[in-house]
Amino acid sequence: MSKYLKSLTIALTASCLAAPVMAEKLGLGRAALPAEIAAWDWDINAKGDGLPVGSGDALDGEEIFAEKCAACHGDFAEGIDNWPKLAGGADTLDREDPLKTVGSYWPHLTTAYDYIKRSMPYGNAGTLSDDEVYAIVAYILYSNDLIEDDYVLSDENFMDFEMPNADGFIVDDRAEAEYAIWSGEPCMTDCKDSVEITMRALVLDVTPEFDTNSGATEASVSAAPEATPEPEAPAIDMELAAAGEKVFKKCKSCHQVGEKAKNRSGPVLNGVVGAAAGSVEGFKYSKALRDAAQDGLIWSEAELTAFLAKPKAYLKGTKMSFAGLRKEADQAAVIEYLKTFE
Amino acid sequence: MSTYDVKKPSRRAFLSGAAAVGAGVVTSSAARAQTADPLIVEPQEWAQSFGDGVDATPYGLPIEYEGDVIRRNVEWLTADTVSSINFTPIHALDGTITPQGCAFERHHSGAIDLKKRDYRLIINGFVDTPLVFTYEDLERFPRENHVYFCECAANTGMEWAGAQLNGAQFTHGMIHNMEYTGVPLRLLLQEAGYDTAGKWVFVEGADASSNGRSIPMEKALDDVLVAFKANGEALRKEHGYPVRLVVPGWEGNMWVKWIRRIEVTNEPVESREETSKYTDTLEDGTSRKWTWAMDAKSVVTSPSPQAPITHGKGPLVITGLAWSGNGAITRVDVSRDGGKTWETARLAKPGEKMALTRFYLDVDWDGSEMLLQSRAMDETGYVQPTKAQLREVRGLNSIYHNNCIQTWWVRENGEAENVEVS
Repeated sequence: MSKYLKSLTIALTASCLAAPVMAEKLGLGRAALPAEIAAWDWDINAKGDGLPVGSGDALDGEEIFAEKCAACHGDFAEGIDNWPKLAGGADTLDREDPLKTVGSYWPHLTTAYDYIKRSMPYGNAGTLSDDEVYAIVAYILYSNDLIEDDYVLSDENFMDFEMPNADGFIVDDRAEAEYAIWSGEPCMTDCKDSVEITMRALVLDVTPEFDTNSGATEASVSAAPEATPEPEAPAIDMELAAAGEKVFKKCKSCHQVGEKAKNRSGPVLNGVVGAAAGSVEGFKYSKALRDAAQDGLIWSEAELTAFLAKPKAYLKGTKMSFAGLRKEADQAAVIEYLKTFE
Repeated sequence: MSTYDVKKPSRRAFLSGAAAVGAGVVTSSAARAQTADPLIVEPQEWAQSFGDGVDATPYGLPIEYEGDVIRRNVEWLTADTVSSINFTPIHALDGTITPQGCAFERHHSGAIDLKKRDYRLIINGFVDTPLVFTYEDLERFPRENHVYFCECAANTGMEWAGAQLNGAQFTHGMIHNMEYTGVPLRLLLQEAGYDTAGKWVFVEGADASSNGRSIPMEKALDDVLVAFKANGEALRKEHGYPVRLVVPGWEGNMWVKWIRRIEVTNEPVESREETSKYTDTLEDGTSRKWTWAMDAKSVVTSPSPQAPITHGKGPLVITGLAWSGNGAITRVDVSRDGGKTWETARLAKPGEKMALTRFYLDVDWDGSEMLLQSRAMDETGYVQPTKAQLREVRGLNSIYHNNCIQTWWVRENGEAENVEVS
């Protein structure tokens, strides 16, 4: 308490200054327990400090990658659509449109471990075991033709591995390379002989459409609640559907619903409940699903529940790299939520 | 790609325009009414009965007629909105403070729902006592108020290769400027008894991406804030509620949201966000790292493609924003002829360090085409470069930290387009 009063006095006497003055500690917060620090302190620096004991090879990694990473990054780490490409691009950094991947660009292998361990898989971060991370990192190296598939990557040899672009970085040199030449009194008149337009954004036409002049006015007028639910529509448990919306967060990185929904790494799910399997136009289904569809699979609530509980057990060969919803309540909720999209 | 013949405003037009403004002469475009305006001479409903009572909206939103002043996304940029960015409608705002509700968002794994009572901040690493703070603990430290801009390193990044997106919102809208209330990080580090030999702090967020970044200790002790209010109210969810880091003048990626851990270290982590991303690849294939400060930059926000001139010739307010991560803006010049001739604009207020500065150039527009540009200077003497100057040093493969001079081609009908000029 006396500590607090003392520093408060100092702060008050210095109150004409903008910055608070604090000569001593305030005694705020509490000591962090070792278990608490261990739970969060996972970072691994470029010197390898923090690398956990463990190992894995690309063969193991391939399996884990196919299950947990390939939906976005592709089976060969080549990247699907706009998702990050992790392999390829060797010797492209000084060419037009360089391909920056773990293999071609990343200067430290530790970065891959650090990032995958803490932040991947997308939508289920921090769930990989240390050995799984070693195996995935090994698979990414293998995909970049940097190791053989039986090379066992471990905490013991990890720091021996030199990345192809390890020497490709310099510390910010703008002060010397730029500031020196872009300073001083700028030109005000007769700065150029002629000016010509050399490129136009409208020619490219990649700008999203937008309303000016209060498009919202019309929208709010036309939003008058007129539509009454059709009597024959099956009753939806809105409370359960709301709970399902939260569960659906796990699905959202691959599946879209709603008016503007598009196929992503998973198909659009509007109207899926009760629909014939494999019937979304423009989506490339796995062979397993196409076969099931041919056999007349209908996504009844019972079938969906079974699929969602253990996708890979239910449909061997499915592209859906999702471990499954273990809780029955979650399965029911997400199906109820999906029913709200026709 | 083709070239176009462009008419330039003559020197004479510029001079007579300036004289007209200066002397307050009524210009030829001044309207002369023939019939009485019904909005004036006829009684209006709003002048006779009542408007909304208090509490009609306990927390107010903009009136519906401003419904187009919203953040917008460029869908093709990213694979998923959960790891994506949108853009502040800078073309429709004035002054310098960005309202939180339309300030751009950038998430790496979505805007998480984190209650104050569930919030914890750990300070560990090279400290006497690793500490845990609750939200309430943070509120008991002496706090400060500062206005700072936050600009994504990728702002204007799509424009490296050429004019791409047609609107100031899309070319320059990865920026916002707010008044932050928070605790200097220095005080929290002192509370834990940081080792003065520690060269870095590693900061990470509570969201799934964690978005870890390494910040040199010198900066951490200087002006970094652990902030919990913006523009007087709690941070919005999408800006890191309840607590985010504010790293004045430095790239937005370092402003870690939902900050949960600060570790004093000897080495930078060299995380994904500071090696594979936010680094600048030069022509020879080598890349700059640790390019933290956002260099001086400016843009005309109106007129611009989303904010065309609708009033015809005569008095015209040309306005825009300027900022520098290396100090205060001292001057902004505006060119109406694509950079041949420059006029010094009026700053609405003297520039403040690492904050947006609003500039105005009040002109008498003669209705001819303009190639509008703005050029910022900061207190270090730095002059905002052209795209050609940037490319000369960095080549074509750079993405981040593009602070080039922007050109809007304003046509006789007042419409404007994003163009690149020689």
